[in-house]
Amino acid sequence: MAENGTNGTNGQGYVGTRTIRPDGVDKVTGRARFGADFNLPGQLIGKVLRSPHPHARIVSIDTSKAEALPGVKAVITRDDFADQSSEFIPAGEMMMNYKDVVRNVMAREKALYEGHAVAAVAATSALVARRALKLIDVKYEVLPHVIDVVEAMKPGAPLLHDDLFTAGVEPKPDKPSNIAKRIEITLGDIEAGFKKADVIIEREFKTAPVHQGYIEPHAALASVSEDGSAELWCCTQGHFIVRAHCARLLGMDIAKLRVTASEIGGGFGGKTVVYLEPLALALSRKAKRAVKMAMSREEVFKASGPTSGATVKVKMGATKDGKFVAGFAELKYQAGAFQGSPVQPGVFCAYAPYDMENVKVIGYDVVSNRPKVAAYRAPGAPISEFAVESVVDEIAKKLGIDGIQLRMMNAAREGTKAAYGPKFGPLGLEETLNSIKKTEHWNTPLRKWQGRGVASGFWFNIGGETCASLTINEDGTVSLMAGTPDIGGLRAALTNVVADELGIPYDKVRPIIGDTGSLGFTFLTGGSRSAFSGSMAIVEAAKQIKTELCARACKLWELKPDQVEFSKGSVKALGAAAEKFKPMSIADFAKIAGKTGGPIGGYGRINAQGAGPSLGTHLVDLEVDPETGRVTILRYTVAQDAGKALHPAYVEGQFQGGAVQGIGWALNEEYIYGEDGKLQNAGFLDYRMPVASDVPMIDAILVEVANPKHPYGVRGVGETPIVPPLGAIANAMEQATGIRFTELPMSPPKVLKALKEKAANGGKN
Amino acid sequence: MARVVLIGNLAQLTGGVAEFNVSATSIKQLFDRLTELHPELGPHLQEGVAVAIDGQIYQETLLEPIAPDSEVFILPQIAGG
Repeated sequence: MAENGTNGTNGQGYVGTRTIRPDGVDKVTGRARFGADFNLPGQLIGKVLRSPHPHARIVSIDTSKAEALPGVKAVITRDDFADQSSEFIPAGEMMMNYKDVVRNVMAREKALYEGHAVAAVAATSALVARRALKLIDVKYEVLPHVIDVVEAMKPGAPLLHDDLFTAGVEPKPDKPSNIAKRIEITLGDIEAGFKKADVIIEREFKTAPVHQGYIEPHAALASVSEDGSAELWCCTQGHFIVRAHCARLLGMDIAKLRVTASEIGGGFGGKTVVYLEPLALALSRKAKRAVKMAMSREEVFKASGPTSGATVKVKMGATKDGKFVAGFAELKYQAGAFQGSPVQPGVFCAYAPYDMENVKVIGYDVVSNRPKVAAYRAPGAPISEFAVESVVDEIAKKLGIDGIQLRMMNAAREGTKAAYGPKFGPLGLEETLNSIKKTEHWNTPLRKWQGRGVASGFWFNIGGETCASLTINEDGTVSLMAGTPDIGGLRAALTNVVADELGIPYDKVRPIIGDTGSLGFTFLTGGSRSAFSGSMAIVEAAKQIKTELCARACKLWELKPDQVEFSKGSVKALGAAAEKFKPMSIADFAKIAGKTGGPIGGYGRINAQGAGPSLGTHLVDLEVDPETGRVTILRYTVAQDAGKALHPAYVEGQFQGGAVQGIGWALNEEYIYGEDGKLQNAGFLDYRMPVASDVPMIDAILVEVANPKHPYGVRGVGETPIVPPLGAIANAMEQATGIRFTELPMSPPKVLKALKEKAANGGKN
Repeated sequence: MARVVLIGNLAQLTGGVAEFNVSATSIKQLFDRLTELHPELGPHLQEGVAVAIDGQIYQETLLEPIAPDSEVFILPQIAGG
């Protein structure tokens, strides 16, 4: 392996080495352009008027005074977007319905959450735009609201949608409900399983909705030409998806909209949907000027998707020797104002780390007067797996088996049948458990008020449509163009692959992220897919180049195809011809490209399949301050199966980042609503995310159980790391305090209350 | 014939029948056969499902081959963040 931060290799290639990130210098010098850094001459500033009510019928919207204000160039409302028919599409990372999408970007009949967009203005300055917003007269009929998922499920709860009937129940309901869907998976015979159990643990858990917390707010710059064509710059995890949504919502041909993804200051799933983008385009189309929009932090919290809060019941049974024999769970997930919570993956993942014969999981997708949820790293899985991992810890303690050993005894492995159907291929859970057990961390003694917790986690990973192009430049350097925004080190990882595939130095490859006019449709960066799929597309593109170079060599040397080969960056003649012809490098071919057939390049266009699940195990030490309830993370180790780490530093970064976000989810983060249905902590001062000083250096252990379906063995790594922290921390809290915390976040007030209750109860829970 | 199992709510569209033996050489053929048997399934299969063939999950693809002795699961599409 090359040394940290070099572009050297160990003679065996760049894949697996820690090459210098190609975007690094621009990022640290401030040259890199993020969403709000794009500007055009004569641009207008767009601002959004948002509903002050969590639930209200929009009786009328009068924009005349705003339109008359000098400097205002366009005002848009629901009337500027054609209604969309009900059509579910696999958009972004969860199923979406365009009927809901058009209502989420701009309220139509009703405002369904505080912060729901009601109108937007484009003006010559931000000041004028804000004044104009105050001149828009919206008449609301305020309606009763419902925030909590359990309350929203009750008969008689305020109804968000008159046309929402619960899917997945028989007989089909004849009355609308806030329960959008009921889903169920069953494996084996759950009742028979519980009859075999010597120990049964049943618990109910509650988790709070948490925001993805990306540092960069949503921003977009749109410019619509008089001929109807348009350009859009925005920060997004998938500019091809933005193009598809915006073209649909604005009635445009896809070819007429060119979208460029900026650098991105975090997404974590939250930038897989559209908010400002269609508004900026609609304003620009109306004003015939470029329009720039950016959300404030308050808008990000109030109007862009967090992930679900949930209520989860878990009942697990095990034999006295530690075999899990039955697992039941019931999940109730908030979807926000429109259906489409990640309850489905929550259901699938709940027991996925374990080899169990009898499983039944039921899930409910429930709407309430909150912003529509968006994907967040392994959507749905952290919630259900937190509940199961907490119960697994209780079983371990009850049986007197250490947590790692118990998980090892029940670990899913190759050939295990998942509760959601298929059998797994090779998996790395056992290896992660073994790695954790071997750490010095696992064997370090703890003091009073300190606790150690362990938990494992599963995520599927996906592939999908992906394009990447490689172009040999005149001097033999290579331009790499990928279609997935680089969020977690994609450019460095893919450049390692290009350099190895073509046998050229890393520094001779320059990667960029192409716009939607430069490549074929490429699904977004999400689902832990971009390095997995992108590297497969590059292998395909490089193969085309190698084939082409060999063909040209055959023509130049008058040899047959089986008399040449591409090896280590050059085409070589084989056999007797080897003495006659000197090997030709890529640079040699580049010099005569025009004379031998024209420019040389490769274009990988694939629908990547064969994504391998990634499993991980986390180990955490923490300390509870009994005076304040504050929890300090003392030490944290992550072990996860990466299949093959194309760029180990970035993979470790994913492990560490996921763990930190999980720490925030477990200990502090939550949306706090008042009785009035309004969000009370829409800012980083009151919405407490962990910062660097809150967490120790997180140790990362790379486990590499190759994915046989990938040319390098790669598995996606970006999502699994956020799954185990919630359970690991809850388990550590139990050891530190003797209290089983079942509600997240375990924030100081809750911890202090629980400690006092325990003390008042004579030290018993 | 391949053994085909519907996971989740899909079996509600087939009168509760979750398992089939289907002669199909590709995912497209499988979808066609199932739609012939249960027309209500058709839109859901087209809308987007994941198909696990002998343990390997495929999405958004119609041409993946299915062997005569394959075990196939049809499940909701899997995404991510």
